[in-house]
Amino acid sequence: MKPRVAFFDFSSCEGCQLQIANLEEEILDLIEIVDVVSFREVMKEHSDEYDIAVVEGSIMRPMDEHRLRKIRSRCKTLIALGACATIGGVNKIRNQWAPEEVKKAVYKDADTKDKEFFDVNQTKALNEVVPVDYYIHGCPINRDEFKRVISALAMGKEPVIPNYPVCIECKKNENVCLFELGKFCLGPITRAGCGAICPSNGEACDGCRGILSKPDVECVMDLLKRYDLSYEDLKSRCVIYNTGSFNPKDGMTLVRRRKK
Amino acid sequence: MSKNVNINVQHVTRVEGHGNIVLDVKKGEIKKLEWQISEAPRFFEAMLRGRRYDELRSITSRICGICSIGHSLASLKATEDALDVKISEQTNVLRRLAINGENMQSHILHVGYLAFPDLLKLGSVFPLADSKNKDALLKVVKLHRLANWMSDLVCGRTTHPIRLSIGGFSMVPTEKQLLELKKELKDGLKTTKELANFIKNKTDGFPDFKRETEYIGLSSKKEYAFYDGDINSTDTGIFKDYKNYTEMIDEYFVPQSTALHAKHARESYMVGALARFNLNSKQLSKAGKEVADLFNLKAINYNPFMNNIAQLAEYVHNVENSLELVDILLDKKIKDEQPGKIKIKKGRGVGICEVPRGMLIHDYTLNDKGRCEKANCVIPTNQNHANIQKDMEEFVPQIIEKPKKEIELNLEMLVRAYDPCISCSTHYLDVKFV
Repeated sequence: MKPRVAFFDFSSCEGCQLQIANLEEEILDLIEIVDVVSFREVMKEHSDEYDIAVVEGSIMRPMDEHRLRKIRSRCKTLIALGACATIGGVNKIRNQWAPEEVKKAVYKDADTKDKEFFDVNQTKALNEVVPVDYYIHGCPINRDEFKRVISALAMGKEPVIPNYPVCIECKKNENVCLFELGKFCLGPITRAGCGAICPSNGEACDGCRGILSKPDVECVMDLLKRYDLSYEDLKSRCVIYNTGSFNPKDGMTLVRRRKK
Repeated sequence: MSKNVNINVQHVTRVEGHGNIVLDVKKGEIKKLEWQISEAPRFFEAMLRGRRYDELRSITSRICGICSIGHSLASLKATEDALDVKISEQTNVLRRLAINGENMQSHILHVGYLAFPDLLKLGSVFPLADSKNKDALLKVVKLHRLANWMSDLVCGRTTHPIRLSIGGFSMVPTEKQLLELKKELKDGLKTTKELANFIKNKTDGFPDFKRETEYIGLSSKKEYAFYDGDINSTDTGIFKDYKNYTEMIDEYFVPQSTALHAKHARESYMVGALARFNLNSKQLSKAGKEVADLFNLKAINYNPFMNNIAQLAEYVHNVENSLELVDILLDKKIKDEQPGKIKIKKGRGVGICEVPRGMLIHDYTLNDKGRCEKANCVIPTNQNHANIQKDMEEFVPQIIEKPKKEIELNLEMLVRAYDPCISCSTHYLDVKFV
């Protein structure tokens, strides 16, 4: 039997699910190998019986945590789709401030008490709420990587996600180093797998695939020195996608992942 | 009318984001009818506080996956307005091409994948793959691919574009790519006309419902406005003072929704393809007018369901307009132009453009270090929420005698006609209270 796949979304731009629509004709190949039983963005039908849950978005409210736990309890395999789900993404920028402060800045004195839609906590990645089995990184995800992960799982194989820096792929594309062009690129500490798409289009990497589990801290310090950049600049660059994953005291560390 | 109906659609399907429809009818009387937005607020404007001027574009792009090019362009226009950055003619043409690509992508996604199944009485487009209408599905896929491919070519990536930067492009397409694009666009024009004929001949079309309302969008003397223009209203005409847009657009908070509502001359207004059509239909391209005529769409049209047809007409218009733009780039020999050096200064800038769902405004205040002190984004879908609510209030009594399932479907179709982008609309910041 084909594995049953369900798609879900929380706080996000839904751009990662859009990449699935952007597979164009290949969607038809996808539905040959898996059975899509729920995908609110494109279909009315819905089933609570599924093997694989693909979840996009960050978790912000108790009602969202509750819904995610329910999804986890129903599936065998849970895949985090895209930066909002894998590392919290841009939604974590606001974690620099307490939720009360952000809410006050936004809702001023409006009475949002006892209204569950407005009950917002700090932003969490999925693995801060439930165990996650696989990660499809990126903002947005890379369509080819999505296909590889889903095909591997449909065949009962382990998908492989790179744990080396974007620089490796950037070099392969024969790009001029973005630091040489005066840009502050996070390629050296960011997980590859995107094909170095941003540097290859002339823009610095913002770190959307998350920081490597063991980045070469010495190399980064060398770079800062060579291009006359400060550690504060580096910290500021990491805010966009990696607020909370970047610990200035211990160098670069990932938020501890919950073990299954 | 003496029936009881209770409808509670949690998370309307085939729309972007989370919205609910709640209807409670007791003995024929509407007790409650609400279009609710339950999407978690994302606080984008709060997140922008303290970010550098050159980070605002890529952060605000993430407000929406579908209209990330539009957010990027409104963001760049606001930043460039604040820092007095001028762009070249080539950049101007490329940005218009980018906005066409996104409008095409978003419209065909909506008409083809999200609204089309309703016309064929299906839950999604997937069953079409094994039906006699597979050819229509393949046409939709082809047009979707064309739009995405064009955006990839111009922006480096269709969702969350890369090459769009302050003052220009970090990379431009080659002449060879543009020639290839020209060929594909010509082919796309033919396919869109075929699809329009299929929808016209093989479906019953959309419900016949009218409600007079106000339409707001950009208008330009030069063209059917997308990238540039003045704010225009079917009620009050042109509003020139773009930096004081808040004098015109009144955004306010309602407790049933994590997204703001908006009003102007009446209690609600509509933005988007139908609004643009109602304001600027005379400037539509030849083929765009043909598609509108095929469905008897004429300005002013007060049927919100016709937004789907206005989108289809705009798709064709965007293709024809892109052909003209590609010719300009080929004639003038496209070249690599690195954006010039930017002088950082204190100031406020406002950027407005038409994105698939309507008029989008970004407004930034930068300090002397080039860091963002205050930001406000006026999102198309927010401007439509009140109009959706008002439409529902008028539509329900007209369909109340129908079976519950049909009422539910009709209301969902109404919401879908607006092609709401709910993630966008819960981006949130400046709030006013009624």
